[in-house]
Formats: sequence, C-alpha cells, structure tokens
Amino acid sequence: MIPISWSLALSAVLFVIGVIGVLVRRNALVIFMSIELMLNAANLAFVAFSRDMQSLDGQVFVFFVMTVAAAEVAVGLAIIVNMFRLRETVFVDEINLLKG
Amino acid sequence: MLWLIPALPLAAVLLNLLVGGRLGRKGVGWLACGAVGLAFLVALRAVLRLAALPEAQRTVTDTVYTWMRVGDFSADVSFLLDPLSAVMALVVTGVGFLIHVYSTGYMAHDASYRRFFLYLNLFMFAMLTLVMADNFLLMFVGWEGVGLCSYLLIGFWYTRPSAAEAGKKAFIVNRIGDVGFILGMLILFAWGGSLNYARLFAVAPHVFAVGSTVITTATLLLFLGATGKSAQLPLYTWLPDAMEGPTPVSALIHAATMVTAGVYMVARTHVLFQLAPVSLQTVAWIGAATAVFAASIGLAQNDIKRVLAYSTVSQLGYMFMACGVGAFTAGIFHLMTHAFFKALLFLGAGSVIHALSDEQDLRRMGGLAPRLPWTHATMLVATLAIAGIPPFAGFFSKDEILSSAFASGNTAVWILGLAGVVMTAFYMFRLYILAFRGQPRLSHEAEHHLHESPPSMIVPLAVLAALSVLGGLVGPPMQEGGHAFARWLAPVFAGGEHAAAAHHAVPMAVEWGLIALSVVVALAGIGLAFRVYLQDPGAATRLRERLSGLHRTLLHKYWVDELYDATAVRFVHGTARSFWRFWDTKVVDGAVNGVGYVFEGFSAVLRLFQTGFVGTYALFFTLGVAALFLHLLRH
Amino acid sequence: MTPVPAPQLIALDWWALGAVIALSAGAMLLLLLEFVPAKPGSSRAAVLSLLTLAISAAAVFVARDARRSIFDGMFVHDGFTVFFTLLFCAIGAVSVLLSWDYVRRTGIHHAEYYVLLLCATLGMIVMAASNDLITIFVGLELMSLGLYVLVGFRRAHLESNEAALKYFLLGAFASGFLLYGIALLYGATGTTSLTRMAAFLSESPLRGNPMFVAGGLLLLTGFAFKVAAVPFHMWTPDAYDGAPTSVTAFMSAGAKAAGFAALLRVGLTALGGMPAEWGPILSAIAILTMTVGNVTALLQTNLKRMLAYSSIAHAGYILVALVAGGRDGASAALFYLAVYSFMNLGAFGIVTMLGRGREERVLVSDLAGLGFRQPLVGLAMTVFMISLGGIPPTAGFMGKVYVFKVALGAGLVPLVIIGVLNSVVSVFYYLRVTVALYMQEPQGEPTEVSWAAPAVVALLVTLALTLWWGIQAHDLLLEAQRSVMGLL
Repeated sequence: MIPISWSLALSAVLFVIGVIGVLVRRNALVIFMSIELMLNAANLAFVAFSRDMQSLDGQVFVFFVMTVAAAEVAVGLAIIVNMFRLRETVFVDEINLLKG
Repeated sequence: MLWLIPALPLAAVLLNLLVGGRLGRKGVGWLACGAVGLAFLVALRAVLRLAALPEAQRTVTDTVYTWMRVGDFSADVSFLLDPLSAVMALVVTGVGFLIHVYSTGYMAHDASYRRFFLYLNLFMFAMLTLVMADNFLLMFVGWEGVGLCSYLLIGFWYTRPSAAEAGKKAFIVNRIGDVGFILGMLILFAWGGSLNYARLFAVAPHVFAVGSTVITTATLLLFLGATGKSAQLPLYTWLPDAMEGPTPVSALIHAATMVTAGVYMVARTHVLFQLAPVSLQTVAWIGAATAVFAASIGLAQNDIKRVLAYSTVSQLGYMFMACGVGAFTAGIFHLMTHAFFKALLFLGAGSVIHALSDEQDLRRMGGLAPRLPWTHATMLVATLAIAGIPPFAGFFSKDEILSSAFASGNTAVWILGLAGVVMTAFYMFRLYILAFRGQPRLSHEAEHHLHESPPSMIVPLAVLAALSVLGGLVGPPMQEGGHAFARWLAPVFAGGEHAAAAHHAVPMAVEWGLIALSVVVALAGIGLAFRVYLQDPGAATRLRERLSGLHRTLLHKYWVDELYDATAVRFVHGTARSFWRFWDTKVVDGAVNGVGYVFEGFSAVLRLFQTGFVGTYALFFTLGVAALFLHLLRH
Repeated sequence: MTPVPAPQLIALDWWALGAVIALSAGAMLLLLLEFVPAKPGSSRAAVLSLLTLAISAAAVFVARDARRSIFDGMFVHDGFTVFFTLLFCAIGAVSVLLSWDYVRRTGIHHAEYYVLLLCATLGMIVMAASNDLITIFVGLELMSLGLYVLVGFRRAHLESNEAALKYFLLGAFASGFLLYGIALLYGATGTTSLTRMAAFLSESPLRGNPMFVAGGLLLLTGFAFKVAAVPFHMWTPDAYDGAPTSVTAFMSAGAKAAGFAALLRVGLTALGGMPAEWGPILSAIAILTMTVGNVTALLQTNLKRMLAYSSIAHAGYILVALVAGGRDGASAALFYLAVYSFMNLGAFGIVTMLGRGREERVLVSDLAGLGFRQPLVGLAMTVFMISLGGIPPTAGFMGKVYVFKVALGAGLVPLVIIGVLNSVVSVFYYLRVTVALYMQEPQGEPTEVSWAAPAVVALLVTLALTLWWGIQAHDLLLEAQRSVMGLL
C-alpha cells in the first residue's frame, strides 16, 4: 500500500504546478486548465485522506467537486468562447479595458 | 415636552419639503419663523418651570426612546434641560428667531427662498439637538448635523465657485476636528463605561486620576473637535471663507450658534477638563493665542464681513480662554452677550450690504450714518458692546474673563487678553468709521440705490441692540456670592469654579483697577482708530503735501502721524497682512491641501497596481497567501 | 444489505427548508415556462422571482424561532440562518426590482437572468445555513457560477465580457485554494462537519498541527476573496465596473454578506471562536482593506468603480468586528452587513436609473446638477452617501458606532483609530458625489433619469431602511444579537 505521505506530496506538487501555471501562462484556456489541476490536486488529497482514515466523506466530497468543476467548465468555456468571438483573442494580457 | 423644542424646526422642514411649493413665499417665511418662534416660547416656558424648581433639582430629562442598547452600552434619544442648556436653548432659539425674521427681508428677492429656509430650519434642529442632548452620541448627531447644514448654507449660492469651495472647506476642516471628537468620545466610553453626561460625570472622578494620561488624551481630543467647530487655531481657516454664504447665515451660524458649540462642549464637560490640568492649560493658551492672532488679522481686512469673521474667531478665543482658566461661567456669559452683539453686527453689516447693492468693500463705503440712521445706531451700539465699553453687554462679560484670568495667576494669558482688547476696539471702530463716518466713497450705482432696509430687517436689529445694551446687566461685577447669571449656572458648575473662588480673593481695589484698565485700554484703541481713520485725510495726500514742501510749518504735526504710521500702524498692518497672506493662506491652507495631495498621491500609486491584467491579480492573490504562510512560519 | 433509511423530517423541517425548496422550484419553473413564450413586454419572470423570494422569506419567517439540524447536521436552521435568509431574500427582491426596468433598457431581458439571480440567492442561503464544509462549498459555487454568468450577461458588451472573464478566472483560482484548505482540514480532523470538527478539536487540541493551520488559512483566503478583502480584492473594481449595474448592486451586497456568513459560521462553530493566531492576520487584512479601499477610491471618476472601492473598504470595517471576535463581534458584523447591504443597494440602485434607453451614465460628473432637477434622486443619493460615510443620523453611522464600540471593548485601540481615520478619508469621495449633485453644472448633455415604478419602490425601501435604522437601531441590533446567540 502506498503511504499517505506520497499521495499528499504528489497532491501538493500538482497544486503548486497549477498555481504556477495560472501565474505564468497567458492563454485563458491554459490558465483554466491549470485551475482544474489545482482542483484535482485537492481531489487527490481528499481521496488519500479518505483511504487513510477509512472514511467515505472525502470520496463523496470528490464527487461534489467533480460535478461543480464540470459546471465551472461549462460556464468558463462559454465566457472564453464569447471573449474569442468579441475580441478574437484568448490571451489575458491583451484584455485590460477595465483597470485603475 | 422638551423634545418639542428641536422637533418644531424639524416639523417645519418636513412641511416645507411636502407642501412648501404650495405655500408661496409668504407662507414659507411664516412657517419657518413660526416654528422657531414657537420653539422659543416652548423653551421659555420650560426654563421658567425649571427656575421655579429648587436649585438642587434643576435638571430635567426627557427620554423620547431608546436608540440602541447593547449590554452595558446604551444610548437614548433623550433631552436634557439644566441651567446651562437652558441658556443655550434660549440663545439659539431667541437669536435664531430674530435672524429668521430678518432673513424674510434679506432674502426676499432670492430665487431659492424656500430652499434657504429649509436649510435654516434644518440647522436649527441640529443645533438644538446638540445643545439639548443628554449624552455624547446624540450630541454628536447634532454636531455632525450643524456641520452638514453649514456646508449647505455656506455653499448656498453654489453657482459661485468660491461659495462651493468655501462650503467644502468648512465641511472638511470640521471633519478633521470631528476625528478628535469621535476618538475622545470612544476613549471616554471605553474607560468611563457610559456616554450619558450624568453617569459619566458621576463616575469620572473615581475612574480617572487627576492628570492621568487617559483623561488628558480624551479631553485634548475633545478640544480638537471644539477647535474645528469653534474655529480656533489651527483649524479656524474655514470661518473667514464661510463669509461666502448669505449674511443672515453668517449671523446665525458663524456668530450666534454653531461656532459656540465648541465652547458649549468644553463647558458641558468641565468635570472632565478639571481632571486634566494640562488640557485646561492648553485650552487657555490656544484661546488667548487665537484671540490675539485673529484680532491682528482683523486689523487689515477690507471686506466688512471678513473683519467680522476674524473678530468672531478672536471673541471665541476669549471664551476658550475663560474656560481654560476655570471660569466657565464667564465663558458662557461671554458666549451669550457675544451672540447678541455679533449677530447684531452681522445683521447690521447685512443691512449695509443690502443697502449698497451687495457692496462689501469698506473702501467703497463711508458717510452712511445719515443715510441709514437705524442701521447706524444699532451698529454703533454693537460696536461699543464688542469694544468693551460700559455699560454695554460685552463689557461685563469680557471684564469677567480678564479678571478671572488675572485672578487665576496666569498673567501671560491675561496680558494677551488685554492686547486683544486694544486690537478689538481698534478694528471695530475702523470698520465703523470706514462704513459710517467720513466722506462717502460710494460707487455711483450704489449711491443711486441707497436705501434703508425694510422693517422686517430693522426690527430684529433694534431688538438685538436692546439686548446688547441690557444683556450684560444680569452679571454685574463685584456681587456678594456671585451675580445673578453665575448663581443661575451655579448648579452646573458647582464645585468646579475654583477660579471664581479665587476671583473673590482679589481685593476690591485691584478689581476696580482691572476694570479701569480694560476700559482705558479699549478707549485707547478707539481713540487710535478715530485718529488714524477719521482725522487723517489719507496717506497719499499726506505724502504729496510733504514732498511739495508746502506747509512745512505743519510738519511736526504730521510727524506724529508719520511716526505712528511708519512704526505702529504700518508695522501692525504689515504684520497683520503677512499673518493673513502667509500663515492663513499658505501654511494652514497649504497643510490642508497638502494632506489632500499626499492622499491623492497614494491613491494614484495604488491605482497603478490595478493593471487590469488577470495575471497581476492572481499574482497579488498568491503573494497574499504566501505572506500569510510566512507569518505563520515565523510564529 | 440494509436499505438506506429515509431522512426523518418533521413538519417544521419543511418550513425550515422552505426557502431552499421554493428558490429551487422557482428557478426551475422559470426555465420551464420559457416553453410558453411570453409576450415581448411581459414582466412574468420578474413577478415570479419576486413571488419566489417572498415565499422563501415567508417560509423561514414562519419557523423563525425554531432550531433544527437537518440532513445529519449538514443544514442547520437557527437564528443565524433565519437572519441571513431573510437578508438574502430582501437583497434578491430589491435587486429584482432594480433589474425590472434596467434589463429592458440594456437589452438583457431574458428569463435566464432572473433564474440565475434566484440560483445565486439560493447559493448564498446554502452558504449561510450549512454546517458542513461540503455544503458550504456547493453553496459558494452555486452562488459564484450564477454570478459569473450574470456579470457577463451583456454578451455583446466588451466590458461586461471582460469583467466576467476576470471574475471567473480569479474566482475559480480562489476556489482552488479554498478547496485545498478544506481537504487539509478534512485530513487533520477526519471530518467535514463543523460540529464534529469542533468536538474533535475540544478533545485533542490541534492548534499546532501545521496541516490544520494551513487548511484554516487557505479557507480564510477563499472567503477573503469573496468578501473582497485586500490583497484578494483586485477583481472587485473590474467586475463591479463591467457587470450590468443591477448585477453589481446584487453581488456587492449579497456575495459579501454570504462570504462573511460562511466565514463567521466556520470560525465560530468549527474553530470555537476565531483562532488566536488569526488575530494579527485578520487585523492586518482589516487595516489594509480599509485603507487601500478608501484611498484608491479617492481618485475614481467612475461612480461604479468608486462604489466598488468603497465596498472593499466596508469589508474592512466588518473585519474589524471579526477581529474583536466573540458574540459581540459577530453581532456587530451582522448588524453592519444588514445596514451596508441596503445603503449600497440604494446607491447602486440610483446608478441603474441614470441614463435613458441603452445609454448608461456612470461618471460622478454625470450627476452634476441632478439634485435640483430630480429632487428625489438627489435626496436619496445624499442620504446613501452620508450613510456610507458614517455620518449621523443614518444607519451607516450606527453600524460604525457599534463596530468600533465592540472593537474598543476588545482592546483594539489602534485598529479603531485607523478605522476612524479611514472613515474621515472616505467622506472626501462620498462628498464629491453630493458636490456634483448640488454644486456643479452639467457639462454637455444633462443626465436623464429613467423612472420606473419598481425601481422607485426599491429606492424608497432602501432609503427608508437606511434612515430608520439610523433613527431606531435598537430592534435590528437585538435581532443581530439573537441570531448570533444560537451559534455559540
């Protein structure tokens, strides 16, 4: 059996990769994928804890998160697609009408 | 029934808002004056009832409802009538009523007649709440209310940029003072456990050690609030600018009511101030310094209303001086007499301005005495009163302040006060002479329209003149056991008047000497004014005559004039001007503006962070999280 | 194999769940009704939304004195829930009234607009009523997803779309942190239920456990984002500025209150009062939030952006109450939230009314001279500005008095001084609005006002409450205190 610390370490690494991805990438889609990575890092942590503690709560939570993430994808993609239609770009560093 | 006194003007405001449009000009005027007049009558009745009570029980409270109550904290909408608030309520409603009546004449041709009385009544409501509240929180409501109304009234002619600017300045400077008030109030609550006067003052001597840091800080903060509202150094600059408002507003707000709020507050909290000798000293010194400083600026002003504005600042300084040396009765006494004669002066000035078709420059007046007999007579009474000539009202109160200062042993403050008396007498008679005596220097147009004001304006002037003559008689000096006014206020200031006790320690002869001295000093100022402005045909003429070499035999006569023109007058004028030019417009305004610029600079810098890029925002978010974790790691 | 036991619900529970059920049903009904096309000018959706909100509020009101724990403690019905449910329903109703005419003018009059508004309200209620991190998360996402779409509802409008994109990306980013925090808390305590977490903590003090502390902090970050606390506030001005103004009004009041509701419940129930190590952190955030919000607002010329920064600053004042902690701090926060919601709704409400047709007027200078041409608008706006600035006799003043009083009671003198100074600074920009209203002449075309009966009703309600709670704050205070009692 894989010790919990390994799964947790992987989850932490995934989370940090996600955060860095959000910070350094310019493409809204890729940023969004990085955010999904963060959510999945959390999911991994939930599952690992759940397994370690022999409790179902964490696994149930993961289902909720996945559902919510799916809804988020629907909304997010809609916004990004609409942005592409209006401005023909999905690069976030070209989008700053609102500032100050 | 006490609640009726502030409620009447408020009711007039609401009625004016709802049906004012249908009432017409006359109706609006009647409504506004009627409400304030009625409030005066109600106040009078309440005060008479109060006077009928035995001395120890002269405190009536009227709780309307509980505003908020949280555990140990409670604030009621509750009004208090004791001898101190009785004086204030009568002065505010009485003088306020006269000014309302006067305004019906003065503002008769203004397009925004209704709006004017709306603001005026709203102001009366706020002011009466301020003086009749029985706790700090309600007082603060009135305090902010008068600030807001003064902003509206000063900026009444908002189409003039200077008026709008002045309104804003008044509000902002007052807000700076308010910081002090709020913080002082919060400290008092945190340590004293209550904001109710009676409860707080009862526990204060047990909670606060005499001279402890807490009470000193709290009272100094309260005093900061008072300097803002009562236009003392360094927060006085809004008052001269506030002359942009209509003249009745200046009379009401900047002479009789709002500016006295600070003095009233200090007198009301005298229990606390007496626990903090340092604060009292500060009050005395700021008061004395302001009295002299503002008077010296008043010497060189040419706008009739600005002279009066600086004079107000200076007279308020006297009131604080009195409070500072522990003579609270004298301070309130002067507050009352000042309300009479300064309202009269402003209204008289308004009558002059009205008569001259809005001319305010003293250099284009002169010789008005025969043309405006009523205005002239009443103005003369007021000028004598403010100069401190017996038996006019100002003499009694000012003399009491000066002798209290002398008796308190604070000689430097007393000397400053005396110096202020000379200057006051001088600049007031300068105003009087330039306006009413000598040769007319009117513009052709003003000359053409010159007319005495209508009865609605003259009658209030006459009433106020009578009060300026008789008002001081309630407090003649050297009465066994204090004069009538002091006895009336005794229940409030009981036990606190250590200066009053000391006052009687001064021998009779010294007392007479002090009185004589202050009268002589005032007369000297008046004489100087007559000499310089009436007998002297003007510096330009003199200069020409001297240079032409004619009348050299008369030279030595001019020598005297030249001497004091070159030394005294020119020096004083120069200093006064530089005070005004430099200190007033550069330092104080500069400081106020500077603070503004600094904040706007910060604002501009902070806006730079808001780049509009999602990446930046996410970065700051992450940095925030990182900072939180770093903080945790360090602990 | 044992059958899953059916949940045991007594009659009272149905009332308690009434708000949630009514809102879900209302939202679905609205969607289904789209099969029956309405007439072009029909107000069907708005009327139905109002009805739904009224029913929700009524249901909760019927069961207002009960205290029930439903669904194995995931959903609790107590004073706190009742307070916030009523508040959210009121915010929703006022927002519907404000939207009524505004959505027609701006061409976003679709039933979906109201559906999303109801869903977001539902999310807020779930956030406040949840006693479990799972449901809090679901409620938060329900609210956020609704708001993302609402912010970008003017699809053809560049600013609206940009605002939605920024709000969405950053919101999802913050959700990631929040979720990871929940995972860590779950790992540290073995449960997501707040009550069980509290029980677990009282048995074995975990305060030093890094996993627990880190989880708590990440959770705090997630909520700080929702309430727009510095430095997690940067989305606020852009999102508020770009969103349709009626949506801005709704989210500025609702989302902030919901964030604070969840934060308060987690802090007070699970962590047994705000953890001590949060004290300095919360104070620092409070100071930053007040100062950055107020100072940045000074130079704003756009009314919506100015109010956005002002709403950031107000979050700071509420955080001061949270730092004070305990029952008093919580009730001060509740009181302030209620007061803030209505004065802010009113201020944004006036912005929704400015301009005719498609034209929107959102600059401070657009208000020039409006005070005399439209006395009601001028008076109302002045009252809202005075109240936001914390000047008596308005509700905003009472809110500040109470918050600062509580903070002083907890010995937070420096925080109070900074708060008072901040409230003075804030007057400068609030005053600019009244100066524009009464002391400036319009440059160019004077602003027209779109009068519509629903918006006027909303305006009068918010105006009346702002004044009433300033004159008579006692009842609301008692309510706030009572609702906090059930929590502790």
